[in-house]
Amino acid sequence: MTALLEVVGVTKAFGPIKAVDNLSISVGGNEFFALLGPSGCGKTTLLRMIAGFEKPDQGRIMLDGIDITDQKANRRPINLMFQSYALFPHMTVAGNVAYGLEMEGMRGADLKRRVDEALALVQLSSLSGRKPAQLSGGQKQRVALARALVKRPKLLLLDEPLGALDKKLREQMQIELKRLQQETGIAFLVVTHDQEEALTMADRIALLRQGRIAQLGEPRTLYERPDNRFVADFIGQMNFFDGQRAVNGFEVPGLGVFDAANLSDVAAGTAAALAVRPERVVVSETEHGGNLQAEVEGLAYLGQDLILHLRIAGQAKPLVARLPAANPLTTHIARGAKVWCGWSAAHSLILSE
Amino acid sequence: MVVSRRIVLTGPGIIWILALLVIPCALLLVNSFFERGIYGGIDYILTSENYVRAIDPLYAQIFWSSARVALITTLVSLVLGYPAAYCIALMPKRRQLAYLILVMLPLWSNYLIRTYAWMVLLNSEGLINKTLLGLGVIDAPLPLLYNDFAIIVGLTYAYVPFMILALFSSISKLGPELREASTDLGASSLMTFWRVTLPLTLPGVAAGSVFVFVLSVGNFVTPDLLGGGKRTMLGNLIYDQFLTARDWPFGSAIAAIVIGIMMLLLTVQAILVNRRDREGTAA
Repeated sequence: MTALLEVVGVTKAFGPIKAVDNLSISVGGNEFFALLGPSGCGKTTLLRMIAGFEKPDQGRIMLDGIDITDQKANRRPINLMFQSYALFPHMTVAGNVAYGLEMEGMRGADLKRRVDEALALVQLSSLSGRKPAQLSGGQKQRVALARALVKRPKLLLLDEPLGALDKKLREQMQIELKRLQQETGIAFLVVTHDQEEALTMADRIALLRQGRIAQLGEPRTLYERPDNRFVADFIGQMNFFDGQRAVNGFEVPGLGVFDAANLSDVAAGTAAALAVRPERVVVSETEHGGNLQAEVEGLAYLGQDLILHLRIAGQAKPLVARLPAANPLTTHIARGAKVWCGWSAAHSLILSE
Repeated sequence: MVVSRRIVLTGPGIIWILALLVIPCALLLVNSFFERGIYGGIDYILTSENYVRAIDPLYAQIFWSSARVALITTLVSLVLGYPAAYCIALMPKRRQLAYLILVMLPLWSNYLIRTYAWMVLLNSEGLINKTLLGLGVIDAPLPLLYNDFAIIVGLTYAYVPFMILALFSSISKLGPELREASTDLGASSLMTFWRVTLPLTLPGVAAGSVFVFVLSVGNFVTPDLLGGGKRTMLGNLIYDQFLTARDWPFGSAIAAIVIGIMMLLLTVQAILVNRRDREGTAA
């Protein structure tokens, strides 16, 4: 895969705070790439530098092998879909979509054809004469998308594209965005704070923390093999047991010595945490393979899953377990029940900060 | 309970407006349909003669020339005020206040004194002519005072702050995102201004323009002092009818016409603002 966008060692500071700190990423020509992170991690600043609204203090930004660091925003073959959509309120839907093409000097039949195509792509042809104030949130989002896509940019930037939509619509649009990306063949770079959104849509994710990359990889890698505690905690839910690498395994005070998938990579004496996903915790009413005794302290019924908070003697925090509805245990387990729990060593990791 | 509280809270304001605005205007309107008494005063005989007289070429000409001066003042204020308002609206919030205070500062001093100051500046022995003569730019003093130019300078100076304030509130409501969206879609700064910023701030332009126009057309101090009394504007005409000619009904008729035009302009402007607000919910 040849890189379409290359961000090389980019730094941007606002006052004493480095919003983006010597960061490098590269995005492929047909890739759906997500910049994920908590608010203030620098993801929006990075996006604005790629769009051309902020200038990096250091580093270069290359598009298709051409240095665009000093190119003006209106000259870059990149379009941005704004978080608030930023639709022009005095123009119709068609007027909004046509605007970018008019700036290229396109007029008449060509213009109309391209606008119609773009509106058809987002299924808004019937609303072309409306003003933005007459549209629902989801419709506005589609107009913003059509307006950005109609120019056929090499790269489309999306700033929290689904943030303003309600949950049902968001899930629907996640699939929709993925379809559009594959149909148009345009590279998408999405900024989001929603890990689920990133996992669902992206081919690759860069998880940012304080202006640096915490981990970059495919969704499955980030979820299953997080590099550190921050990544494991940010993406999905995770149980942590603080402890130390001993000679024969990882020792959690008061709980015992454990094996883990990456035990051999961790040097003896390292203070770290043993991490287990809730859905990997095995719970049973009898002692078989499970080795930790616990008491059910709380339950949360989610329909497809049942969340258990398990109190293990001597542990400050309860162990969270997630049982699928198909597990026979879920039909009768109650608060106060005594259970046995455990996990397979292959499903646990030793993670440092 | 709610009703009585409403009356208590709005009562003083309503009484004020009734006593000092509605009733005087109504009296003005009523008087404009009566005949002038022989020794001033009013003879209560119904007539439309005053309005017929008002459109007599002699007076119609004053309407036009007043409108012309007010219109030029409005345009000059707009051209001067828009860039200033735009710059202030784009500043960081904490600096905006300081600049807005600077804009309003002249309004805190007496209007007459400010007008006299312009006489000092503009007269043939004044600062501007002396400087230009001294520098050898001109051989004879420029006729800066006692003409339409002086009136327009004086009115613009007096009313440009209102224009800036009206434009500022309109531009600062806009926020940077729409401009950025326009840039992102390939527009130059000039194109962004022409296609996005200006159309969306038209209500501010209308508000500021109506304000300046209405204030200018009714002003009589500036035409008197800076125009040297040579240029009769509507304000002067009304003033003269009431205090010199002592023709109250005719003065009332002219005043009623001016009020009518102003209300028409304000209504148009209110409709514009209303339309913008409905569209604005989209932003």
